[in-house]
Amino acid sequence: MVQPAVMGERWWARLALVILSFVVLGFMISLAVSIGEISIPLETTAKAVSNRLFGTAFELSRIHQGIVWDYRLSRALLAASAGAALALSGAILQALLRNPLAEPYVLGISAGASTGAVAVMILGFGYGVLTLSTGAFIGAVVAFILVSALAAGAGGGADRIILAGVAGSQLFNALTSYIVTTSANAEQARGVMFWLLGSLSGVRWPDVYLAAPVALIGFAVSMFYARALDAFTFGVDAAAALGIAINRVRIILLGATALMTAAMVSIVGSIGFVGLVIPHAARFLVGPSHGRLLPASAIIGAIFMVAADIVSRIIIPQQILPIGVVTALFGAPAFALILYKARRPV
Amino acid sequence: MSISIHDVHWSAGGLMIVNGISIDVAPGKTLGLLGPNGSGKSSLLKLICRLRNVKSGVIALGNTDIAGMARLDIARRVALVEQQATTEAQVTVLDVVRLGRTPHRGPLSPWSAADDKAVNDALRHVGLPERSGQLWHTLSGGERQRVHIARALAQTPSELLLDEPTNHLDIQHQLEILSLVAKLPVTSIIALHDLNLAAMFCDNLAVLHHGKVVATGTPEQVLTEDLIADVFGVRAYIERSAHHGRQHVHYRLD
Repeated sequence: MVQPAVMGERWWARLALVILSFVVLGFMISLAVSIGEISIPLETTAKAVSNRLFGTAFELSRIHQGIVWDYRLSRALLAASAGAALALSGAILQALLRNPLAEPYVLGISAGASTGAVAVMILGFGYGVLTLSTGAFIGAVVAFILVSALAAGAGGGADRIILAGVAGSQLFNALTSYIVTTSANAEQARGVMFWLLGSLSGVRWPDVYLAAPVALIGFAVSMFYARALDAFTFGVDAAAALGIAINRVRIILLGATALMTAAMVSIVGSIGFVGLVIPHAARFLVGPSHGRLLPASAIIGAIFMVAADIVSRIIIPQQILPIGVVTALFGAPAFALILYKARRPV
Repeated sequence: MSISIHDVHWSAGGLMIVNGISIDVAPGKTLGLLGPNGSGKSSLLKLICRLRNVKSGVIALGNTDIAGMARLDIARRVALVEQQATTEAQVTVLDVVRLGRTPHRGPLSPWSAADDKAVNDALRHVGLPERSGQLWHTLSGGERQRVHIARALAQTPSELLLDEPTNHLDIQHQLEILSLVAKLPVTSIIALHDLNLAAMFCDNLAVLHHGKVVATGTPEQVLTEDLIADVFGVRAYIERSAHHGRQHVHYRLD
């Protein structure tokens, strides 16, 4: 007998999993808010959040209240948004391009967004009209178009897009370095380089108001096209033969990916490995169906990024590591483990 | 007619691949598409389900020109089994067959009892119901082909297009697949290389050569020694089989 349809089966198990993952994310964010140079008990954190959200009047020092709300909670929520958005971008690109290595960082989209942001920040590109985020978005889109055109010109195919992405990343990283070394003063240069490795320092609430909605919209859009992404399993022609409007789906989803990547890069710099590793980890846990893979990627990406931020703040006393360094340090071995676990019988 | 192709042209890279083809297939019939490599068989199948757009000419399903149909409406009606489509994803047999329901489901509509029935029927048709949990990359070439056919059947098409479905299959599975397709109550077009299998299982044959139809009709009318010499460059001797009553081609090396 054929096993019963998965949908509707064991719904309580799926619901429990969703609730559990949100509890873990909430706990991780609480930890992120409590841990730091000034250690704040979880209880104080809860009170501070409650004071702001529900208007309660727990007795708290103004410093604690300020640290929790203005510095650490915004930072943790931004980390969660960025992790979710980057992991979603990776999952979408891997499905659309049918390449397990596809993700914004590898394809040069992050590098293009960096170049766009740096061009606005240092060169004053756009005469003050363009914001940093808009510059990053334009850079991301230009990079993606360039990389796609290069891949198509090289004959198309799943491996060409990665080779083109490598070329694109090198080009845009070189452009960024060129702009920084020729035009930036020493202080700007140090700030930019730190930011290019990924950094959550200096994140405040307005950044969250940009990042969180972008991540949520990206999630909603990609979930709407989850079945279309499944249909790409056997390639573009197979998807079209299943009735998928392939051009529309590709444009919308690649646009969503560019938007998410650009928004995150403009705030936290280009952070590698999250988009690559997290979708693979999620696939390992919930399988390849995008109806489950996309939410799993988003939530695991969020949890991973908040955890990486905690690690980046405590691994070296008195010093904060760029978060991109932490994600790569943990991501690379995790990726090796996934490859090893998922290896095929020869 | 179920599928009407009228004076269709299609070119790629400056080469005319399909050069004025006209074919009609009646409802429920099985048409075998024969011809050497590069004669335009695969391209014609892709044109029929509008994976490529015709340069000129008309392809109609029933009485409707496909040029004016929504992609989704075509997919609800026509299913295509491509040559050797594979994936790196860790999908199971059931995952793949369920893809066939894609055109019948909205982006948010839940999995229905009708979807379940279509998938189960399809798996039973190809003899793989108890293999539904098996991973794609552990399947043999023949099993993968059967899964693709099940996916196409789950689409509950009225027209089924198969591009060399028996490639890489052992003879038992070649016969199984073709008798399955011949018995299905749908209109089918099968691109084939094996002339004897085409004669055994197809109601009609169309032979393509350099993008043109050079012969159409029943296997008896189409498969002649002269035609095989002209199109395939092979000398043959043809007789009616004493065992199954269809045309049988013997190839001669002298």
